[in-house]
Amino acid sequence: MVPPELRYTKDHEWVRLDGDVATVGVTAFAAEQLGDVVFVELPAAGRSLAQHATFGVVESVKAVSDLFAPIGGEVVEANPALAGAPELVNHDPFGAGWMIRIRVSQAAEIDGLLDAAAYEQLTAKA
Amino acid sequence: MSVPVTPPLHETALVARHRALGARLIEFGGWLMPVQYSGILEEHRAVRERAGLFELSHMGELFVDGPAAGDALAAAVVSDPRTLAIGRAHYSMICAPDGGIIDDLIIYRLAPDRYLVVANAGNAAVVSDELADRLAGLNAVLDDRSMATSLVAIQGPAAAGILAPLTDVDLNGLRYYAIAEGQVAGVPALVARTGYTGEDGFEVFVDWDRGPDVWSALEAAGHEAGLLPCGLGARDTLRLEAGMPLYGNELDRTTSPFDAGLGRVVKLDKPGGFVGREALVRATERGPSRRLIGLEITGRGIGRHGYAVARGGRPAGVVTSGTQSPTLGHPIAMAYVHPDDSEPGTILDVEIRDQPVAAKVVPLPFYRRPR
Repeated sequence: MVPPELRYTKDHEWVRLDGDVATVGVTAFAAEQLGDVVFVELPAAGRSLAQHATFGVVESVKAVSDLFAPIGGEVVEANPALAGAPELVNHDPFGAGWMIRIRVSQAAEIDGLLDAAAYEQLTAKA
Repeated sequence: MSVPVTPPLHETALVARHRALGARLIEFGGWLMPVQYSGILEEHRAVRERAGLFELSHMGELFVDGPAAGDALAAAVVSDPRTLAIGRAHYSMICAPDGGIIDDLIIYRLAPDRYLVVANAGNAAVVSDELADRLAGLNAVLDDRSMATSLVAIQGPAAAGILAPLTDVDLNGLRYYAIAEGQVAGVPALVARTGYTGEDGFEVFVDWDRGPDVWSALEAAGHEAGLLPCGLGARDTLRLEAGMPLYGNELDRTTSPFDAGLGRVVKLDKPGGFVGREALVRATERGPSRRLIGLEITGRGIGRHGYAVARGGRPAGVVTSGTQSPTLGHPIAMAYVHPDDSEPGTILDVEIRDQPVAAKVVPLPFYRRPR
């Protein structure tokens, strides 16, 4: 079960929109596939991102994967806890393991993303 | 992020057991193998502190028999298996005529005229063909039992205590790099004190269809001691900490044993010569153009296979393997660099996503088990 109130990308990021600020992370499915996360590289506040642009990198023991912005805008905050505790991505991917907050430029972009049911269907096939 | 899909592949006799244990299965060397069960870090720690159980049936098992078995093998590989005592083993390599490494091997001497050669999964067919060619016309027979043999390894400080009650092999008398015939959980087996983790441990060779019996017996017997099933992910981090080369990363056809710091394995002066000797003699006369080193990455990020290594902006070499060391708690890597850049203490940079990240040359291995 994934949180029903979030929207998802096919690349396994999630996004939650509160007013014009979007919180972004990776899904439990992604965290499980990555294995033990040991580094997360995130952008500094102020960086502007187009929808689907690479915003960072997550390194697990085994592999390195790019992170893609589910929605465009300006980065307002990167999760400071992940520098010291990257394992939060594995332990609490939808909560304390969030990655960045974005001030959204076009909220309508979220309509193109998957809802929880569509995302679950996608991962059920994988 | 993208998630890989797995194509259909060779399956071991244990694949259903791995699935039942919740393993993630991946392609490796043409086989569908478990890469992890509970998680690489947890599995890695289990092996360093307690015990881990691995399935390695993807490896190649090549038996060489006959009055000329020793001479024929000695002419085919870089080491001299004739010098092995019965029941002992050593690390070896098989090279091409140009000195490039076809595969690295463990060779066990089972009887005066009977040897077991263990090859890597991805090279097993090539090594088998190559040995068959090199044995042709000699009084020795190659029996490739790769697809008829299950291999289960138990590794870690608790391994001997878990295995001992299940076997009639005297483990106290079985030295490191020794092998004995006996039974494990009632199954006829070859039990070797070898491994690829830097810990004490055993490798158990049995008939293909008995693999699940031995696995289940060891899993049950090790439960109380905290044994965990371990996948190829932990096997890779364990061997990397132990400074052991992996074919395809540190070793390949373009690498000579001397590049890899494995010159001690090569017996240039053994009677009869061997394939690759002339090229390897020339390599020793030239001296190595690069050296395999250990790197401790002091900045942030992991240097992975193929990443460039530089010294003060000048190219110095390339990373062959890298990971976050679970035991040391910081990133480590192995790399080939120019001999001038290989002294321990030298500060180099690893290019991680177009950024130079500082790294220090350190002696190998990164980890040595307490004795």
